[in-house]
Amino acid sequence: MDNLVCLNNTDPKFRPSVEKISGQNLNKCYQCAKCTAGCPIAGSVDFPPHKILRFIQLGLVKEALNAPTIWYCLSCITCTARCPNGVDLAKVMDTLRELALDVQGGKTAKPRIALFEELFLDSIRKHGRLYEMGTLLQYNLLSGRLFQDSELVMPLINKAKLEFRSKGIQGKKEIAHIFRKTNAEEG
Amino acid sequence: MKIGVFICYCGNNISATVDVEQVAKFALTLPDVVHSETIHHVCSEPGQNTIKQAIKNKGLDRIVIGACSPRIHEATFQRMVSAARLNKYMLEIANLREHCSWIHEDRSLATIKAIDLVNMAVCKVSRHKVLYPSQVEINPRTLVIGGGIAGIQAALDVAESGNEVVLVEREPSIGGNMARLDKVFPTLDCSGCILAPKMVDVANNKHISLHTYSEIEKVTGFVGNFKVTIRKKARLIDTAKCTGCGACTLKCPIKAPSEFNLGLDSRGAIYIPFPQAVPHIPVIDKTICPMVLKGKCGLCQKMCPTQAIDYKQEDTLIEESFGAIIVATGYELVDWKKLYGEYGHGRYPNVISSMQYERLLSASGPTGGHVILPSDFKKPHAEQREPKIIAFVACVGSRDEKVGRPYCSGVCCMYTAKYAMLTKEHIPAAEVYIFYMDLRAAGKSYEEFVRRAQEKYGARYIRGRVSKIYERNGRMVIMSADTLLGKQVQLEADLVVLAAGVASSSGANQLAQKLNISHDQYGFFIESHPKLRPVEASTAGIFICGACQGPKDIPLSVAQASSAAAKVLGLISHEKLETSPLVAEVNINRCIGCFRCLEVCPFTAIEKQEMRGGAWVARVNPALCQGCGLCNATCLPGAISLNGFTDDQILSEVEAICLVNPEL
Repeated sequence: MDNLVCLNNTDPKFRPSVEKISGQNLNKCYQCAKCTAGCPIAGSVDFPPHKILRFIQLGLVKEALNAPTIWYCLSCITCTARCPNGVDLAKVMDTLRELALDVQGGKTAKPRIALFEELFLDSIRKHGRLYEMGTLLQYNLLSGRLFQDSELVMPLINKAKLEFRSKGIQGKKEIAHIFRKTNAEEG
Repeated sequence: MKIGVFICYCGNNISATVDVEQVAKFALTLPDVVHSETIHHVCSEPGQNTIKQAIKNKGLDRIVIGACSPRIHEATFQRMVSAARLNKYMLEIANLREHCSWIHEDRSLATIKAIDLVNMAVCKVSRHKVLYPSQVEINPRTLVIGGGIAGIQAALDVAESGNEVVLVEREPSIGGNMARLDKVFPTLDCSGCILAPKMVDVANNKHISLHTYSEIEKVTGFVGNFKVTIRKKARLIDTAKCTGCGACTLKCPIKAPSEFNLGLDSRGAIYIPFPQAVPHIPVIDKTICPMVLKGKCGLCQKMCPTQAIDYKQEDTLIEESFGAIIVATGYELVDWKKLYGEYGHGRYPNVISSMQYERLLSASGPTGGHVILPSDFKKPHAEQREPKIIAFVACVGSRDEKVGRPYCSGVCCMYTAKYAMLTKEHIPAAEVYIFYMDLRAAGKSYEEFVRRAQEKYGARYIRGRVSKIYERNGRMVIMSADTLLGKQVQLEADLVVLAAGVASSSGANQLAQKLNISHDQYGFFIESHPKLRPVEASTAGIFICGACQGPKDIPLSVAQASSAAAKVLGLISHEKLETSPLVAEVNINRCIGCFRCLEVCPFTAIEKQEMRGGAWVARVNPALCQGCGLCNATCLPGAISLNGFTDDQILSEVEAICLVNPEL
């Protein structure tokens, strides 16, 4: 982000739009940073959760949507549970991921974490469980990182942790039902 | 002579560091000591009873108590001694706690020191004389200085008892700063609507005499008997004839910046300060009136239907007597224009102070309550613009050591939050920014108020101190940082309002000198005890309330005013006042009339007295004397002595320490 933030150039509509989707009043946040204090990934990101919230308050769209934090977020909901002002920060993170996808569109522009999550869910939809080999190949191809973690493939195969064929499960119908229901609920 | 010595354990406050049993044992070896014992808590009821019994049974006539500081329990112990039918000045306290056990660690050395202290007290008490307090009459009239909300409240509360009150106000009208405010936190009620009825009550109260446009010239006397000279400045208006119709103000050809609206508009040389002024009588500014300066004009005189204008009127001095004085001189805003070059020294019309913004918001203000840019004031009505982006800057002249104002003004966080709300109500589309360092909202419903400004009104709080304000393309650029973001930030605003800090009222130091009360380096009056005597000044009979004691909001000022009134009523409910006999006395046979004592006395307690034969000697007014002993130390022929602390008594104490421990 820029070193000098010109407040006149910020987007006054950003906070209201995040508030509308998430159903949270983000002016309630007084930046005590209790969310960050308990966040398991705060130490691994440049902008911990309370700063993401500050970005939203000030209308810094780019900073909020480009922050890797929103993809690193584990949705463990510790922040939500502990916020003294009752801000559901996990929901806000969800909202930001949604907005980030909307804004950036197109597969190639998607952050790799989003790609992984999509492939992961695809695999479960198709096989009823994770088909590791398929997901791995797809991810490495689509992310353009062909050889990522390739050194682990042989040891995993040797230990029978990675199989060439999907085994599938018995309750595939039920799984498909879960996906249908969830999609219908989320519209 | 039978001296009794009682050494207190004070729980283990004293006994942990001092061997109290050894001290008591030693005391018995001293001359004239016939009784000595230790007590666990002398101040407790059983402890006091032990001493009373010993006085009765052993016929003790002088008492030494080794315990805590006399500041804490001297009065308690004096009452106890009196109850045992002994003169209360036959008591001496050796401070074994604050002066010994609390400040030392080595038990044996502390015990030796305690022995010394007790030895000194025994030597001193053996030279005590029976003393009796004298009595002075108390005048039941009260003077209130300052007619802001604190002074008004204090005057009304005292008058409620049926006692006479004189209220003196420097400005032409009472009302003070509160009269300037638009709405007030945390309930956003209209300031004028709650203040005006009280102002009218003051004017109509038969027990209150109001002197506006008047100042305190001189104060003499003492608690119960103050003599005060009041200067009634010439308004150049015969107040008896004036009906307050205001016709005189219509034709005045002179224009000067209005004090009430802080220069946002102008007034004539003859003017009524504001519509709700009490009294509703105009005043002529003698420094600009052409009739006063050159004898030309006289338009207002022609306009006046009752011939109330009197250009020849002069100041009058009136002398009044009072039993008590309440000081409520209030505050002023820090003069930010002098202190903050980085905010433009006042050269940008659209950078204004908080009080000026109050007037912009006020329906009775220069714009009729329309918030428009001050730079557009002179433009035709259609071209006047409302600000779209308004920035409020907190801590301008507060928490700033560099400008000599390290303290927090205590009200700015609250009123900037108020501005955010009121601004949004005046101009719903406005963007409001507040630059702040910390949000201090420690009052009932205050935090909720500040949260409301953010949550409901969407005020954008930026946490950082503004470094610079400058003009770019007709807008004000604010350079700051947001510590929550960890970045430098910049904002172009249409209007910048500086939350100027609270300073003491100009002239507070001079008034303090006249009243002989203490003030701090910022001109705020100092209370007798910050917790337990919060409205008593350092001089007996003088009370302080409101922002003259320190930055304060309206609820606190009113509470203090009522508290000061209660103190005054307690004082004047007595017909006579007992005064301490521990005062200086002049031996007229020795006095040579050099009057050095008169020069050094901080309480003006020393008077010149003519003897038969024409010689002049000094005389101490026992009601004024506080027993500080300055005169005693200054007197060359040794004519002055201080009761309870005579040279003989003090030298005997010195001798006591020198004799017991010659090796020290």
